[in-house]
Amino acid sequence: MSGDVNGGEVSPGEAQLAISGVSKHFGGVRAVEAVTLSVRSGELISVIGPNGAGKTSLLNMISGFYRPDTGNIVFAGKDITGARPSHVAALGIARTFQNIALFAGMTVLDNIMLGRHVHMKAGVLSSFIYWGLAQKEEIAHRARAEELIELLELEDLRKQPTSGLAYGLRKRVELARALALDPKLLLLDEPMGGMNQEEKEDMARFVLDVNQQWGTTVILIEHDMAVVMDISDRVAVLDRGRKIAEGSPGEVQRHPDVIRAYLGTAKERREAAAA
Amino acid sequence: MFHRESGVFKTSYAADMALYPLPIAKWAVAAFAGLFIVIVPLTLGEYYVSILNLILIAIVGALGLNVLVGYTGQISIGHGAFMSVGAYTAANLVVRLDAPFWVTIPAGGLMAALIGAVVGIPSLRIKGIYLAIATLAAQLIIEWTINHVPAISGGVQASIQVPRPSFFGVQLKSQTQLYLFLMGFAVLAIVGTSNLVRSRIGRAFIAVRDQDIAAEIIGISTFRYKLIAFAISSFYAGVTGVLYTYYLGIANYEQFQLTVSIDYLAMIIIGGLGSILGSIFGAAFVTLLPIVTRWFLESFGGLIFSAADLANIIPNLRLILFGGLIIFFLVVEPEGLNRLWRNIRNYFRVWPFSY
Repeated sequence: MSGDVNGGEVSPGEAQLAISGVSKHFGGVRAVEAVTLSVRSGELISVIGPNGAGKTSLLNMISGFYRPDTGNIVFAGKDITGARPSHVAALGIARTFQNIALFAGMTVLDNIMLGRHVHMKAGVLSSFIYWGLAQKEEIAHRARAEELIELLELEDLRKQPTSGLAYGLRKRVELARALALDPKLLLLDEPMGGMNQEEKEDMARFVLDVNQQWGTTVILIEHDMAVVMDISDRVAVLDRGRKIAEGSPGEVQRHPDVIRAYLGTAKERREAAAA
Repeated sequence: MFHRESGVFKTSYAADMALYPLPIAKWAVAAFAGLFIVIVPLTLGEYYVSILNLILIAIVGALGLNVLVGYTGQISIGHGAFMSVGAYTAANLVVRLDAPFWVTIPAGGLMAALIGAVVGIPSLRIKGIYLAIATLAAQLIIEWTINHVPAISGGVQASIQVPRPSFFGVQLKSQTQLYLFLMGFAVLAIVGTSNLVRSRIGRAFIAVRDQDIAAEIIGISTFRYKLIAFAISSFYAGVTGVLYTYYLGIANYEQFQLTVSIDYLAMIIIGGLGSILGSIFGAAFVTLLPIVTRWFLESFGGLIFSAADLANIIPNLRLILFGGLIIFFLVVEPEGLNRLWRNIRNYFRVWPFSY
C-alpha cells in the first residue's frame, strides 16, 4: 500500500517523466493532441496556454484521472499510463487542484497528516489498539507534518478547520498536503489563481524553496506570466491541445506561434473586430 | 464545566494527540467509569440493569454503523441482516461445537465482516440512495436465506436456543453478571473506535467521505477503504448479533429484520453522524424511547384514554414519536444529540465570563 516512493531514483539531467504522444478526446473535442514532453529531475517547468488549451487535461492524465486515448507516460522508469490516481500518488507524484480540493471539515493538521497516508503503515488492527505501533507512527509523522506547517507558515492555523480559511491560505494548505507525500514530482494547477500580489509572491517563494531545497521536480500551470517567466527553468506552451512551443522563458516569449496564440495575428484581429 | 483548556500546556505530540487532552476530562471519565462499573450494578435492580444491557449491545452496533455511515459516508440498510449473520454463526458454533464466547464473538464478527464486504462491493460504482437499495436487497436476501436453509436456521421456526456464556467456568445467569460482560465489549468498542477514527485508517475514511477525488490524489484507494469500512462496520454488527443472542438466549431471524436496520440508522442520526459520543447517546435514546413512552402512558395515559384504547395506542405512539424525532433532528439539529452536548460544553468553557 505504501508504495516504494524512493525506488526508481533518477539522477539529475535524465528524463524523470516522459510523456510521449498522448492524446485525449472528449467526443469531438480534442482536449490534448499528440503532446510529447519530457521533464528532467529537479526541473521547474511551466505549462502555459490560453483557456481550454488542454493544460489541466494533461495533468489529469499524468495523475491518473484520465486514461490517454493514445501515447504513454513513463515516470521514473515505470509506465503509469492509465494507472489509478492512488497508485500514481504512491509512486511519488503529488498535485494540487485549480479549484482547491481540501477536506473541508478537517483541520489543517489532519489534512496534512492525510498527505502522509502513503508513508504510514498502521492497519486496521493496530489503529484499533493504537497504543504502541500506531501511536509511535502518528508521532513520527506528526513531526514531519509540523515541518511543513513551519515551512508554509501555518503555525497558528493548525487546529482550524480548513473550511473557515481565506482562499489564499487554503491554497497554501493544499500545497502543504501535497508536499506531505514527499513527492518526487509535484503538479501544481494554478497555485496562484485568484491571489493578490503579495500572496502570489509568497506562493512563488514556497514553490521555489521546494524546488531548490529539496530538488523536487515541479510542473506548474499558471496564468500569471510575470511569475512563470521569473521562476521557470523551461516553459511549454499548449494551444488547442497541441504543444506549439517549448524552451527557456526567453525563447518562448519570442516564439511567433506563442504570440499568435495569445494575441492573434493582425488579420485575425481585424476579422474579429469586423464580426 | 469540566472542559476548560486554559492553562493546560502540552509539551509533546503524544500529549496533543491524547484521547482526553485535559486532565479534568480524564477525571470525569474515571468518575463515569466508576459510576457505571461499580455503583450501577450494585444498586440497580435486575429490570433496570436488563435495560442497560440492551443499551450496551446497541452501543456496539451503533458505533459500527457510524464508522460506515458517519465516518465513511456510505449507507447501509442491511445492518440488521449482518447482525443475524453474526447471531446464527455463533448459535451454530455453540450448538454444534459447544464453542465458548471468545470463539463465537470473533467468529460471528468475522463472518458478518466477510458478507458485509461482499455487499459493499457495489459502493465502488454507486452512491447514496442507489447504494441504500443495494444494501436493502442484501437485507432481504440474507433474511430469506437464513429462513429457508435449515442448515443455518436450525429448522423449526428458524430459531436456535443458545445458553448464556460462561466466564472462567461461571455461567452468567443474572442480568448484573451479563451487564459486566457486555460492558467489557461496549468499552472495547468505544475505545477501539475512538482510536480507529483518530489514526491513519479513520482519517482515510473521512477523506473518502468528504472528497473522494482528493482522497485518490493523496494515495488513498477509495474502493479499498470503502470495503474496509463495510467490513469493519459489519464486524461490529456481527458482534452485536452474537451479544444479542446471548442476551435473549435464542437466535431468531425475526429479531434482525429491516426495522432493526432502520432503528440503528435512527440511533446514529439522532445521536450524531461521525461521532463516538453521538453513537452512545443515540443508542441510549432509541433504546429508552419505547420503554419510557410505555411507562409514561401506562402511568398517566389512563387519565385520557380508556384501558382498551391504551393497548392500541402504545405501539403506534412509539412509531409516531420515532418518526417525529427523526424529522425534528434532521431539521433542527442535523448533528444530533452530540451537537447539543457540545453546545452545552462550549457554553461552560468560558463560563461565567462569556465575552
